[in-house]
Order: sequence, then C-alpha cells, then structure tokens
Amino acid sequence: MLFLSVASLFLQGTAHAAPAVVTDTGTTAWMLTSTALVLLMVPGLAMFYGGLVRTKNVLGTMMHSFSAMVIIGVLWPLVGYALSFGHGILGGFVGWDSRYFMLQGIDETIMPTHIPEYVFAMFQGKFAIITPALIAGAFAERVNFKGYAVFIALWSIFVYSPICHWVWAADGFLFNLGAAGAIDFAGGTVVHISSGITALVAALYLGKRRAYPNNVMHPNNLVMTLTGAGLLWVGWFGFNAGSAIASDLATARALTVTQVAAAAGAFTWMIIEIFHHGKATSLGVASGILAGLVAITPAAGVVQPSGAFALGALAALFCYTAILIKSKLGYDDSLDAFGVHGVGGIVGALALVFFIRPAWMADAALKVGGSWTIWQQLGVQATAVGVTIIYAGVVSFILLFLVEKTIGLRINENDEMSGLDHSMHGEHGYGLINLN
Amino acid sequence: MKLITAIIQPDRLDHVREALIQADITRITVSRVTGHGRQEDIEIYRGQKIAPNLIPKIRIDIAVNNEFVDITVDTIIQAASHGAGEIGDGKIFITPLEECIRIRTRERGGTAI
Repeated sequence: MLFLSVASLFLQGTAHAAPAVVTDTGTTAWMLTSTALVLLMVPGLAMFYGGLVRTKNVLGTMMHSFSAMVIIGVLWPLVGYALSFGHGILGGFVGWDSRYFMLQGIDETIMPTHIPEYVFAMFQGKFAIITPALIAGAFAERVNFKGYAVFIALWSIFVYSPICHWVWAADGFLFNLGAAGAIDFAGGTVVHISSGITALVAALYLGKRRAYPNNVMHPNNLVMTLTGAGLLWVGWFGFNAGSAIASDLATARALTVTQVAAAAGAFTWMIIEIFHHGKATSLGVASGILAGLVAITPAAGVVQPSGAFALGALAALFCYTAILIKSKLGYDDSLDAFGVHGVGGIVGALALVFFIRPAWMADAALKVGGSWTIWQQLGVQATAVGVTIIYAGVVSFILLFLVEKTIGLRINENDEMSGLDHSMHGEHGYGLINLN
Repeated sequence: MKLITAIIQPDRLDHVREALIQADITRITVSRVTGHGRQEDIEIYRGQKIAPNLIPKIRIDIAVNNEFVDITVDTIIQAASHGAGEIGDGKIFITPLEECIRIRTRERGGTAI
C-alpha cells in the first residue's frame, strides 16, 4: 500500500505527459473484491458487538457500526481521502489536495499499481469506516446517539486522517522514519492502536455503566457474536491481503499469515481458558480470533507463517491478561475495544520486529547503505506506536470533552436503564415477548 | 403467607432487585410479560409514530411470610417509581398463599419460603 501511494504522488504532476498507465484487470478485480470484503467487516462488527450487549441495547449497539458506514461513508469521499492521502500541509500534520475534494480529480486516474484510483480511494474509505466503529465497544450501552455521531465525524477528521497521513502517505513522517519506514502493513497503528487508545480514554472519561461491575450483564445473543466474528475473519482477508494493492506474491503472503495468526490466536485463547477455567468458551474463541487478526495486521507484509503463529499466540496471551487486569482495575471498557484492539495492536506492531523475513531486513540495510538491526527497527516501531498513543489519546480526550459539554455523550440514568434501542431510536430489536 | 406479584417497568428492574437485596429479600421469580394499562409507549416505524397496544413489563413474584409483606411492598414501591410517580410505574397484587413446599426437603409452610 505504501509503495503505491508513494509512487502515485510522484506521478500526479506528470500524469498527462507520461505514457498512459493501463488497468490490470487481475489486480483491479482483487482490489474490488477486497474493498467489498472490508465493508463486510462492518456488519460483522455490528453483529459481534450487538450480540454482546443486553437485549435492550442490541439495536443501539449495531447502529454504532452502521452509522459509521453512513457518516464516514459521506465524509470520506468529501474530505477524508484528501486529508489522508493529499500532499502534506501544515508541516506535514495532515494531507490536502483539492483535486481529491469529492474525489472530483480522479475520474480518469489509473494508479501506477494499475488499478483505478477510485478503487484505492474506496478501499481506504472502508478502513476509515471501521476504525471509529471499533471505539464504540468501549462505551457500549451508555452513549447518546447524536453525540456519538458527531464524535466519530470529528474523530475521523482530527485523529484518523492525520495518523493515516503520517503512516501511509508518501510524504508522511512515520512512513519515512528509519531505513524503510515504520512497518504498518494494514493498520496496526492507524486502525487498531488509534481506536484502542481512544476506547480506553472514552471508557475512563464517560465512566461505568450503572451498577457495573456488581450486576452481571449477560450477552443477549452469543450466536450473533460468533457469526460476526466469522464475518470479521473472512473480511480480514480483504483488509490484509488487499493492503498489498496487488494480486501477486505479497498478496499470497499476507493472506497466509492472516489465516495462521487468526487460528493461532483462537487456539491459544482456547488453551488458556481450558487451563484457567476448565472450559473453552465460544466468546473466548471469538476473542482469540480477533486478537490474532489484530496483531497480524501491521505485520502481514513482513513476517512469515512462523512469525504469524507467534504473533497470534502472543496477542491472545496479552489480550487475555489485559482483560483480567481490566476487571481488577474496574474501569468499564464494556466490550474490550482497548483490551483487544489496543493491546493486540501494540503487541503486533512491536513484536513483529523479531519475525521480519531476512530479505526485508537486507533491503532496509541496503537503503541506509550499511546495516540495519531489528533493534533499530524496534525503535522505529516504538516511535510510531508512541506517537499514535499520545496523539490519539490527547486529541480524543479533547473531542470527547467538547462533545460531552455541548451535545452530550453520556445518557441519563433513565435512558440508560430503558436501553438505547428505546431511548435513542424508538425501536426494539426483538419480538415483543423478549423485550427488555 | 402471601404471594406478592408486582408488575413494573423494565427499566426499574435493576433498582427493585438491588433494593430488595438490601432489604434481605433475595428469593424472587422474574418474568418478562406484556400488558396494557393506562400507559402509552410511542415507537417509530418508517417515519410514523405508533403506539403498540401491548407494552413490555416485568412481573415479579415473591412468596413471603406475613411479617415481610410490608417491607417487601414498601421496597418495591420505592424502587419502582419514576421520580414522584408516573403513569405506567405499575401495580402490586397481594394474594393469600395457601401452601408452600420445598421440593428438595418436602418441608411445608413458613419455613419452606
């Protein structure tokens, strides 16, 4: 993804003079498929989260994901793509290119990767959609829908686009850090750490649900949660294997390690649960799948299957531990958006350096004209992770504060107790007899 | 012995349950029911407001010995009200309870409650 966007930026100025780049139908077909697969993850996430909350909040929770499709779906072609993938402005803080406003300047552009730029813009747009939707897990069952809608719009502009620009745009500073840039193949920092940290800040700022953790809050439908986890796993092949912006060896590598890491994550979580409680739960398997997928996301371009095993297993171990610690500390990250996406993303982005394929390290060494060690790359990774944590944490806090003080984000106790479905949407998710 | 049956709003169930536990009344049966009293509950369907003729409610059944009737009823009234009381807060029915049997031990009467 990185190489392509770099090349495209260099070519923009001379696009008319250069020989016409033709569309490669194979690559384009796979990228169209990937774009659709990533969008499939959003209803997948809606089902995953929707099944975990209480019956009275099922629609409100699914609406958090669906409204991201709607709101970011409008915002991304309008300004999001320009802010993320335009040339750096404000000292490289964010991108901007007026040609990208409403995507009006890319009507005929074929990128050097031999796909129409429309496909790239839409593929990237799906990432922008799912990222804010992930945050919603942290403050499930207690936010005002209008406040949430405004928050994710602001968050997409002020948090997602700048980080996306730094990490993935050709002139982004993290993209150019060290020998060969910070490694973030498909969104470890941009998607998972940024949303995970925001989730933690939001859970702390908005406070616990009423009576948490004294009252047990059962998932209303784990069948739906498992279905959602399955859709996420399937969709992730587009997320990772599409991020090569190719249909070749790099795609095959990304797809393979994605599969291995997801299975390794779920397997590890299952084993931990069997030893810890004597039973493997379905929610544990679903969580392990996600932990493995999150951890392999930044690494899918650089690690081999053995590394994918390790990253999946490590992510399951760390996420499981993080969720136990959460219960001890008592903050209410309701659906573990930080526990899985934040922790899994950080584990993946840092631990990947120990499993980079030798050819990549050799290339990096060649670029700096000498040697390049995994410790130097670890420094680069830690910088990217640190910058993401601090920036996303601080700006998200400001946005949460502003929205809470103006529109209101935390709902009142009566609305919380009657449930988001009724209080926010005037509807009920299930048939009459199951209401509550 | 009395059987206390309360019909309350779903959003007050947690409050009632917590208050009853505070009052040391922990043995309870809860069911989801639907019914119709004086309350109207507006929902929205494709731009139209609709008032379902049956509204979700929670039914609580508690069997108590006579000396616990007042505390149970007062606790439920206190916890089930929205503010000073609103239409739809619910009703409490108290009926005489002829017999109570604990299946495991075959005990009968007040000690089985």
